[in-house]
Amino acid sequence: MERVPILKIGDILLVSIQLDMSDQTAIQLQDDLAERIVATGTHGVIIDITALDIVDSFVGRMLSTIASISKVLDAETVVVGMRPAVAITLVELGLSLNGIRTALNVERGMELIAASRADEWDEADADEDAETTATP
Amino acid sequence: MALSAEQSGRLARLLTEHADRLTARWTEIVAGSLRGRLSQAELARQARELHRSIIDAGQHGLRDLADEHGGELRAVLAELSASRARQGFSATETAISVFALKDALLELMEQSRDADTLRDFVAYSALIDQMGLFTFESFVRTREGLIADQAEQLLELSTPVVKLWEGVVAVPLVGTLDSARAQVVMERLLQTLVDTGSPYAIIDITGVPAVDTQVAQHILKTVVAARLMGADCIISGIRPQIAQTIVALGIEFGDIATKASLADALRHVLRLTGVETATRRARRES
Amino acid sequence: MTAGVDLGVPATQAIRSDEDVVRVRQLVRTTAVAVKLSLVDQTKLVTAASELARNTLIYGGGGSAEVTTVEDGRRRGVRIVFADQGPGIADLDEAFTDGFTTGGGLGLGLSGARRLVDDFDIWTAVGEGTRITVIKWSR
Repeated sequence: MERVPILKIGDILLVSIQLDMSDQTAIQLQDDLAERIVATGTHGVIIDITALDIVDSFVGRMLSTIASISKVLDAETVVVGMRPAVAITLVELGLSLNGIRTALNVERGMELIAASRADEWDEADADEDAETTATP
Repeated sequence: MALSAEQSGRLARLLTEHADRLTARWTEIVAGSLRGRLSQAELARQARELHRSIIDAGQHGLRDLADEHGGELRAVLAELSASRARQGFSATETAISVFALKDALLELMEQSRDADTLRDFVAYSALIDQMGLFTFESFVRTREGLIADQAEQLLELSTPVVKLWEGVVAVPLVGTLDSARAQVVMERLLQTLVDTGSPYAIIDITGVPAVDTQVAQHILKTVVAARLMGADCIISGIRPQIAQTIVALGIEFGDIATKASLADALRHVLRLTGVETATRRARRES
Repeated sequence: MTAGVDLGVPATQAIRSDEDVVRVRQLVRTTAVAVKLSLVDQTKLVTAASELARNTLIYGGGGSAEVTTVEDGRRRGVRIVFADQGPGIADLDEAFTDGFTTGGGLGLGLSGARRLVDDFDIWTAVGEGTRITVIKWSR
């Protein structure tokens, strides 16, 4: 069985799915990723699906599960690079991928993770922040 | 069956025997109906070509236009009607190019008085009717093709996706939105988001006269698909009567941002991106 | 339903394992490309095939997918027949409800797949098996 490689780049884990995964490979990826999140102590996971020409309900469920697991392990997951045809098909299929954050490409995904980490660091200044955004 | 094998053989002989006279008369009748919009030389060439393919088919014992010996004749007829359709001639003008043969044949055969000739003429006449109907159908097919092509070109022209700002694209929709067009818009918009890496899209429907449930569904699906890809859509230019329809139809726009005008929508997006950077700057400074 | 004249020899792929589901997807993709389905239609058909092939494997206990190029005079299309000799489906209405599942999935397999294709036909008998035929036409 083939395995999807997980790369560590700086503070984040990057998973670039390059093959037509069998269900077993998808489940294996879910397990591998959970272990790597704990082992590396990362706070951000980017799953690049640019190369995937379909996302069916199984892969959709896997992505949701990964997002939930990583949240429990204090890491943010962003799915990036979904193709337009795949997005249209998912809408028709009725799959909304609730709880998954998405971005157009890896770069935007990294920005998203950086921004949400920054927000967390700034939580102490929450009162001040609320004032700033409230005034137009 | 339009005619017997013997009859089609006789038709071929008749056409060969009076070749010059027939094609000349034929060309004359067609030229009269087209009133000089095609040159005599062009018409004569077409008449000769048809003439030759009928003879070929007749020599092989053609019994019906649809049978295996009619292949080349059908091809010639299809080409003739396609060229007429493309040149903008009417269906009648096209069919006359075939029916003229009947008149030309009648003039040739009416001198003879025996019953066999009459029977032959009725049979030839039936074949020519088949040819006429076939011509008409090819004509319609060609025109349908032309119309479909034009509709597609119109679709391309009427659904531009433009970049408004760094990271912001817009589709100004003009005219009636049907399912096919909505689908094209959806695909093009989503592809542009990927190509330009823009996280914001504005769908402006100022130019859309009416919105029905289906169109609203298409717009909603586009917004959801864009979200799945990691981009946000704002809908602008909703006119009062469209807003009323949307509410009356019970369509849920949910948490999708709507703005009165394209300008408002752009301002909204810029504020979203602008406030973020402004607060970050403020944080860095403090 | 099942309209359309066969244009080519059907290609059959057995569905016995996970990897076979992947092979069904690839076979359907190749056929859809050959018939010149649009990219979105290819994606919809392959996704539907993936859902149905997985159903055949999980609920039908394995079976086969038969992929054929068809034509109905105006347009060409791809027809896929999924067949198994499994337990069959007792309550079809229930099986087509969004969110209904007995297999621990998202419950979008059958109803979702039906939305992604142009023609959808199902035959099932308890104890005998299930046979699902889908067609996607080119525009």
